[in-house]
Amino acid sequence: MSNTVKKKGLSREQVLSAIVVLAFYIAVFVAEQIVPSTSMLFTVLKKGATYALVAVSMNLLNGFTGIFSLGQAGFMLIGAYVYAIFTIPIAERASVYQYYNGGIVQVALPIFIAMILAGLVAAFFAFLIGLPVLRLKSDYLAVATLGFAEIIRAVFQWDKLGPVTNGSNMLRLFPTFNDFNIRNANGDVTIYLSTLVPMLIAGFCIALIILLINSTFGRALRAIKDDEIAAEAMGIHLASHKQLAFCISSFFTGIGGAMLAMYQTTVQAKSFTTAMTYEILLIVVIGGIGSVTGSCISSFLFVACSEWWLRFLDQKQMIGSFEVPLLRNGFRLVVFSLIIMIVVLFFRQGIMGTRELPDLFRRKRKKTGKEARA
Amino acid sequence: MWNTIFPYLLSGISVGGQYALIAIGYTMVYGILRLINFAHGDVFMVAGILMVYISASGVPLFISIPLVLILTSLIGYLIEHIAYKPLRQAPRMSVMISAIGVSYTLQNLVLYITGGLNQLYPTIPWISNSITVGSASTKIVTIFTPFLTILLVFALVQLINHTKIGMAMRAVSKDFETSQLMGININRVISVTFVIGSFLAGVGSLLYFTNYTTVIQTSGAMPGLKAFVAAVFGGIGSIPGAVIGAFIIGIAENIIKGLDIILFKAGLIAKPLGLATFSDAFTFALLIIILAVKPTGLFGEKTTDKV
Repeated sequence: MSNTVKKKGLSREQVLSAIVVLAFYIAVFVAEQIVPSTSMLFTVLKKGATYALVAVSMNLLNGFTGIFSLGQAGFMLIGAYVYAIFTIPIAERASVYQYYNGGIVQVALPIFIAMILAGLVAAFFAFLIGLPVLRLKSDYLAVATLGFAEIIRAVFQWDKLGPVTNGSNMLRLFPTFNDFNIRNANGDVTIYLSTLVPMLIAGFCIALIILLINSTFGRALRAIKDDEIAAEAMGIHLASHKQLAFCISSFFTGIGGAMLAMYQTTVQAKSFTTAMTYEILLIVVIGGIGSVTGSCISSFLFVACSEWWLRFLDQKQMIGSFEVPLLRNGFRLVVFSLIIMIVVLFFRQGIMGTRELPDLFRRKRKKTGKEARA
Repeated sequence: MWNTIFPYLLSGISVGGQYALIAIGYTMVYGILRLINFAHGDVFMVAGILMVYISASGVPLFISIPLVLILTSLIGYLIEHIAYKPLRQAPRMSVMISAIGVSYTLQNLVLYITGGLNQLYPTIPWISNSITVGSASTKIVTIFTPFLTILLVFALVQLINHTKIGMAMRAVSKDFETSQLMGININRVISVTFVIGSFLAGVGSLLYFTNYTTVIQTSGAMPGLKAFVAAVFGGIGSIPGAVIGAFIIGIAENIIKGLDIILFKAGLIAKPLGLATFSDAFTFALLIIILAVKPTGLFGEKTTDKV
């Protein structure tokens, strides 16, 4: 569908998509200057951008390569820790690593270099774990990667690694999203950028992934997804392609982990549980397995619902003098999981199926059999 | 030396028996549907919660225990009926995602009902009593578990080998389509499988939570994953394999929990290394190793891919 005749330059649909994305960013920038910075809107946008990046990189594996990996939480943990360890200001280290004499890492890197480093370390671990694990078939691979995430979580909490990872204690006081705000000499914020910059980082990374998907390499990955044996017969080296896809996906997941650290302002290994991986998987499913746009939209929807729009379900609500039954702490999550089950069971295509943003602007043509299903 | 290891070995065997009861559910479902039932660990947890609430309502034990087991089996049946049956023709990945969705739903439902607080598990008389075996003081449940497990496994193997439904199960796990053509009611076989699996998970939860005394919405996740690893380790689809795998994992995990003390008393290390952190991680390391070396597990059937 997207590989129809290629014209020189950008097509009408692509220009329209670019305009939509640009307008979105401008709206975010304007909103940030006008709306008070405590609004839930920004929480949603920041966390949503982080999850969007992780979801897209999971989609690169699950949706485009057909590798069912459930190790996301582990790679995010690595990214978050690497970022935090290398950005805590040296002056603050004594208080953060109070049980380990200030720790042994005594450098503070600039934010962006630390983020790239976070990605690289995650990719390196992916390379190591990929050697044995990527030979496995679908569900075995899922469980092996899940197990890997659990191992990583245990290792990072190990007391003996305390001088580096601070053991099971929290890492904190590293630069967060709020440090992107531009302040004047008095320390008052003049231009708010704490939402725009993370969204730009996520957007940039996702753009790179889209370029990758549309390259020769990306097409090879799709061939592997459709039929491994046929792909191999066409001269695609399975092992190296899968390995590279796994490393690239983990690289961006690592960066996503670094962003999560900045969003949360603290990092602790025990919060990177399997449930986190499941959440991201469900985001990918809701958005549509195999659609980058879908993953982005559903991340924002997912975060907005869970952090903001469905919050009212957790409190008692009165309509007139009538107290709405069932509403109490935790009901939000019940409703939420039921919605997810309905999507999984009855709308398996998710929001977008395999379509992307430019496809939405295409004039309706005769539906092919595959599209008619959705 | 032996006196130091013995208590860990004992609780390892006990936990192993409890994992075995969960692992059978995984391995039977996988044998028939080729599906990792990620929700199985949560069924186990729900059985624990049911017991808490039913006992709290004042029902005597001889009614509440059978009631919990029946309800757990029913939940297993319903999960299959609602979440897996509509996806029978769908790709395997969709069914697995549905299983993850069910797991998420069950956890959130229990979170809502309990308010996310630890629930104290009711004391079941006799098996909660303390007993001293050699150098170890423990609950009777520890001694009781392996025997009950082996008894149940024996009964299950008899069921599979000598009854009509058992024969149907074996046929379906060998070849799904052909057995359908031979007039086997696939849906009935699958339902029975889920009922048996959930029933055993229910028994497992009675034993496990008597030992650990509290239940919370996440307490099914780890035992579930470990039981799954046990099933893979023993060769998924094979019941004896799952049981042996579960015992190995239970014992290894508990030995690692006590490894610091064991090594210290043996004079091999001067100060504790904090190795107990790795008791969970070890299970998964074992999984990755066995998958890399012998992907079909200890007793797994060999499969060949047809092109």
